[in-house]
Amino acid sequence: MPPTARPLSPHLGVYRWQLTMTLSILHRATGVALAVGSLLVVALLFALAAGPESYARVQAFCASPFGLLLLFGWSWSLCFHLCNGIRHLAWDTGWGFEIPKAYFTGWSVVVVSFAMTALIWACVFARGGLA
Amino acid sequence: MSAADLQTPLKRVRGLGSAKAGTHHFIVQRVTAVALIPLVLWIIWFALKLMHLDYGHARELVHDPLNAVLLVAFVIALFWHTQLGVQVVLEDYVHTRWLEVSAQILVKFLCVLGALASVLAIAKISLS
Repeated sequence: MPPTARPLSPHLGVYRWQLTMTLSILHRATGVALAVGSLLVVALLFALAAGPESYARVQAFCASPFGLLLLFGWSWSLCFHLCNGIRHLAWDTGWGFEIPKAYFTGWSVVVVSFAMTALIWACVFARGGLA
Repeated sequence: MSAADLQTPLKRVRGLGSAKAGTHHFIVQRVTAVALIPLVLWIIWFALKLMHLDYGHARELVHDPLNAVLLVAFVIALFWHTQLGVQVVLEDYVHTRWLEVSAQILVKFLCVLGALASVLAIAKISLS
């Protein structure tokens, strides 16, 4: 699309911030974050195929403070994108567009995604943390 | 009477307009999403199991045929869904044509490479 000087429709700035738009934006943001995170899946599988030294390097990276921060972020992103993705699939069948329902499913996604993330990390730390 | 007059309205519009294959992207995005629901739940379980194993046992876990097959299914669905999703984001936000086309091609190549590399790694482990 060539850049033009035509007037643009009102963008995000004119709207009162609300749950539904937040989740919509987060769905994209977590999707992009997970796209980057998929590199870790390749790295882990490659290291496992390459040998114990490379695998130890990936494990050490994951257990480092920066690695843990990334894993925290990616685990919540995965849970959120999964839950909100199911919400989107329900919309694709035509279910859940009424405003009370959209808010109910929206808050459910928020609660379930955080609960899932907490459960995952409880499992990790209950067995002594990473690696 | 020309041949065009003998055509039904459907015959005249078929293959024209913007909707030649317009729903294909939408449908594949949803099909990969549906596939990823059970696969993501499985990969969480798998990752939790994997992270507490040493190198040898981690390889054994991937070597298990069922795990290997599900891993291959997961990485293919993952990179396919990723490419489709990132494509839409780029279409929406990159307004300089050459940049958009370059980014689309780059993302496609990276996703295919990611899937191929993952499958090769899984194959190497499961065939050894």
